[in-house]
Amino acid sequence: MTGGVRRVWGLMYRHLALYRRSWPRLLELCYWPVLQMCIWGFTASFLAMRMGTSAAATAGAALLGGVLLWEVTLRSQMGVSISFMEEMWSRNLGHVFVSPLRPWELVAALLGMSIIRMTIGVLPAILLAWAFYAFNLFALGPVLVLFFINLMIMGWAVALGVVSLILRHGSGAEALAWGILFGLAPFSAVFYPVSVLPAAVRPIAWVLPTSHVFEGMRGVLLEGVVHWDQLAMAFGLNVVWIGAAALLFAHQFRQARVRGALLSMGE
Amino acid sequence: MPPSGTDSRQGRNELPRWQFRVAALRLYALVSPRVPLIRSPMDAIRVQGLTKRYGDVLAVDGISFTAPAGSTIGLLGGNGAGKTTTISMLLGLLLPTSGSIHVLGHDIARDRFAALARMNFSSPYVSLPARLTVAENLRVYGHLYTVPHLERRIAELAADLALEDFIHRPAGQLSAGQKTRVALAKSLINSPDVLLLDEPTASLDPDTGDWVRSWLERYRAQSGCTILLASHNMAEVHRMCTDVLMLKKGRIVDHGTPDALLERYGREDLEEVFLDIARDRRQAVPA
Repeated sequence: MTGGVRRVWGLMYRHLALYRRSWPRLLELCYWPVLQMCIWGFTASFLAMRMGTSAAATAGAALLGGVLLWEVTLRSQMGVSISFMEEMWSRNLGHVFVSPLRPWELVAALLGMSIIRMTIGVLPAILLAWAFYAFNLFALGPVLVLFFINLMIMGWAVALGVVSLILRHGSGAEALAWGILFGLAPFSAVFYPVSVLPAAVRPIAWVLPTSHVFEGMRGVLLEGVVHWDQLAMAFGLNVVWIGAAALLFAHQFRQARVRGALLSMGE
Repeated sequence: MPPSGTDSRQGRNELPRWQFRVAALRLYALVSPRVPLIRSPMDAIRVQGLTKRYGDVLAVDGISFTAPAGSTIGLLGGNGAGKTTTISMLLGLLLPTSGSIHVLGHDIARDRFAALARMNFSSPYVSLPARLTVAENLRVYGHLYTVPHLERRIAELAADLALEDFIHRPAGQLSAGQKTRVALAKSLINSPDVLLLDEPTASLDPDTGDWVRSWLERYRAQSGCTILLASHNMAEVHRMCTDVLMLKKGRIVDHGTPDALLERYGREDLEEVFLDIARDRRQAVPA
């Protein structure tokens, strides 16, 4: 292993060792996605039962697809934010930041943990949807991988924004880790197309990579067509979002070193 | 080429002083193979005009000092004197307002990661993850410092610092003395050339404190490591330090060996010297 890879692994090992020993932490990872799937799964079943048409079944599938893919974004974001906050809560950041771990290696370790946390969190919900509601997310085909990648990048961009705010404002900004992404949900067209939104707020939706992914998902589910233009737009916007978030993180990290916030963080 | 300062008046058959020193060092290295012959020809730490300002508050005010390789330098001063701020800047956690820091020849402003790989730090005020076992914590930091043969190094440290009985216990369940030993093990995981210790024996009982001090003295003698020690324990500073920097309001107001300071202030112990400086109650007697 090269030095950089070993340092990234070192920080990931710190979190994996924690999960290995704590079943409540593991349970917490998949608890909310499974709960969401139960609620929306029963809702979709009820709608299909009452309306009894194939259109209702298709709408139900779009609903469940939206729930699952939104969880990908949410869990990716929380995977980064909470892993960072775990370091803060254990008052361990002082040791981490005086080691030779580069800031980008710290971010790489957080992203690695985010992928693991997201997989552990979302996979049971995907299996639940397949077992109980006859909804197979993998039926979307290989394009699902591109949807996942885009949603994860968007989650990471928001997470880096949250971490930047924590670096700036300390533990007072922690609450944002749980709530900030929900603020983007109404504009992300998770359960409905962007055309449903009032014209005045549609521009907000179109600058979010998530709205393009969800439009793309509905295209595949409802029309059986992959809208490559939507995917290209999502990728393009993600480059801008993650680039801006990385710059913000780098700036706030430097400012934290100017203010001496790295040692006192978490207090 | 001999270093400058060789006495040309020495007799022909007499071994020049510098050659004698090298021969003595070589002999010492043979007797004690863990001691490097000469670790570094340069100062391990070189600080020049270091200043840190937070708005209107001047936390560190243009301090300069050097720490020769293998020395133990004490940072003494009251609360708010600038000790922790200085250590934070040495570690790259805090950016100075002005001035320069070189550690092991690396400019901390430009090349801090090269220096950090050869440094380490211990403070009772910075914790290790409480739910991870001692071995897991050491493994994490071993990876962060890319320590070769990590499991062997952990076993060595566990034996040296008597950690074996609780190596598989979560760090959060240890006593204060055990935690201090684990923190020491963490700070030595990469066999650092420069060790920064912020109050290493704070909150320890006298017996454990003495054990830690003895261990650190032995480690320094064996490894040739340079130690920068910030402490409020005057007896500890007197016992361990080769040189002491007295800090007040962000400035170095005096410095010297512990004995030289005692002599200069006409005192019996460093605590009295500390109080003289802190309360401006007695000036040093000019040499």
